[in-house]
Amino acid sequence: MKAEGRVFRYGDNVDTDVIIPARYLNTSDKKELASHCMEDIDSSFVKNVQRGDIIVAGKNFGCGSSREHAPIAIKEAGVSCVIATTFARIFYRNSINIGLPILECPEASEEIKAGDKVSVDFSSGVIVDETTGKKYQAEPFPPFMQRLIEAGGLIPYIKENY
Amino acid sequence: MPQTMTEKILAHAAGLPEVHPGQLIMANLDMVLGNDITSPVAIKEFPKFGKASVFDKDKIALVPDHFTPNKDIKAAEQCACVRAFAAKEQISNYFEVGRVGIEHALLPEQGLVTAGDTVIGADSHTCTYGALGAFSTGVGSTDMAAGMAIGKAWFKVPSSIRFNLTGKLREHVSGKDLILTIIGMIGVDGALYRTMEFAGDGVHTLTMDDRFTIANMAIEAGAKNGIFPVDEKTLEYLKEHGAKEPKIFSSDPDAEYEKTIDIDLSTIVPTVSYPHLPENTHSAKEGKDIKIDQVVIGSCTNGRLSDLEAAARILKGRKIADSVRCIVIPATQRIWLEAMHEGLFDIFVSAGCVVSTPTCGPCLGGYMGILSEGERCVSTTNRNFVGRMGHVKSEVYLASPETAAASAVTGYITDPEEVGYEG
Repeated sequence: MKAEGRVFRYGDNVDTDVIIPARYLNTSDKKELASHCMEDIDSSFVKNVQRGDIIVAGKNFGCGSSREHAPIAIKEAGVSCVIATTFARIFYRNSINIGLPILECPEASEEIKAGDKVSVDFSSGVIVDETTGKKYQAEPFPPFMQRLIEAGGLIPYIKENY
Repeated sequence: MPQTMTEKILAHAAGLPEVHPGQLIMANLDMVLGNDITSPVAIKEFPKFGKASVFDKDKIALVPDHFTPNKDIKAAEQCACVRAFAAKEQISNYFEVGRVGIEHALLPEQGLVTAGDTVIGADSHTCTYGALGAFSTGVGSTDMAAGMAIGKAWFKVPSSIRFNLTGKLREHVSGKDLILTIIGMIGVDGALYRTMEFAGDGVHTLTMDDRFTIANMAIEAGAKNGIFPVDEKTLEYLKEHGAKEPKIFSSDPDAEYEKTIDIDLSTIVPTVSYPHLPENTHSAKEGKDIKIDQVVIGSCTNGRLSDLEAAARILKGRKIADSVRCIVIPATQRIWLEAMHEGLFDIFVSAGCVVSTPTCGPCLGGYMGILSEGERCVSTTNRNFVGRMGHVKSEVYLASPETAAASAVTGYITDPEEVGYEG
């Protein structure tokens, strides 16, 4: 599986309250959630994001609330992949469970700039900044998580195995 | 191999002789929790597992506490979805308005979690039950749905950080000040993916309510769980609340920790986290220049009876500042009744506070105290992120109930020691 898109850049500790503010949590409609994605830190995100685009951020991305609405909003907005130095743990497992590709890669997170064109190969974990030509190697997922991802998320995995 | 108490509980839940940090396991669950925000997503996913019914109707708790009593039509629809599912699946622990309270105060109070349990909740503050010596952690809605379907969840066994507590907290200082200080010390990702284990002689001096507050905010340091050893106070609490027989696991003296951090409780002072991260801590004494518009006393962090009593000790015989709105929210109906019988509502209302029904409302900017542009709130809740309690340009300052009450009286951030007790 591969992804390719332009980069939206954010800093450290992007919390789930700014990814999708609680004032919109009176619904679980994916399209409506996506229409408010990142609104409180980047009001132009929804207007500018195109299918396949990539979010690159610093450490502890997705900290705060357990709301799965956060990775759902990002995925539904069209984002193909999130690259960060580290992810907050509930966001990490929620993303794997719903099939939003995420990669931990401190070097890429530090160097890739907003607007760069980036391609990602999920099977090898190789990230290429097509704008600068630089290659990065992301942390590989442990085998159990790879099986979860390959199955298409937690629901198909459990249906197959339990 | 020597084990920590978290490792022992997870090994027990996974049916393994032992587990080690980094290992991926499937664990059996003793309780699966959801609220009115996270359950509807899980309920929509549930049929996809192809199971005829939930794995155990007694091991699921559905607690519509965030936007209840229903704040608007959409919230009402989400609650109706949870209500219908609870009825169809005959969920024993569904709590309707009138019985419902804030989930992490309610479950321990109702005796639904005991020591040694493994619990997931589709709410990040599910880590609260570590106060009871349980492994308890927040997950998302898909994990909740899977938990309801098969009674299991996957975990990566966390490594542990040991907080070795000595001494005793001083007057006017609470568990909230301790956990804010710790988050200030290690940062909002200081315990990322890890266990925060609270240990040492100082632990036994902490009340159960303080332990709930401390374990509750482990997530604010990025932790998977916070956990306390089981002692006399824990056992007494479990017995008093009719919890199941405790399964007592304790850390081996030579268990491995990633690091140990020593903290002398007597050195902790009233502490406030400034916007927009819980790690941005300052002593309450420094806050004189910060004028405030609102105070919130409540939440899963600090809405328990002893929290309300602490606020009332400061507010007794006093009036809050004219420029301040103070909202008091008892966390459960039982706490509400006890606070009323103790006469705390007389103190609050005479001081000029409003007392609400149990709800998470303002903590996450839902309702019941939303801030406008430029407004500041001192709050006993757990997060002060951008826009958390309302407008993107509003500000939340996290503090203990005593500091919040003292600040309500003066109209600016105030160390409770400076105002003391009037009555």
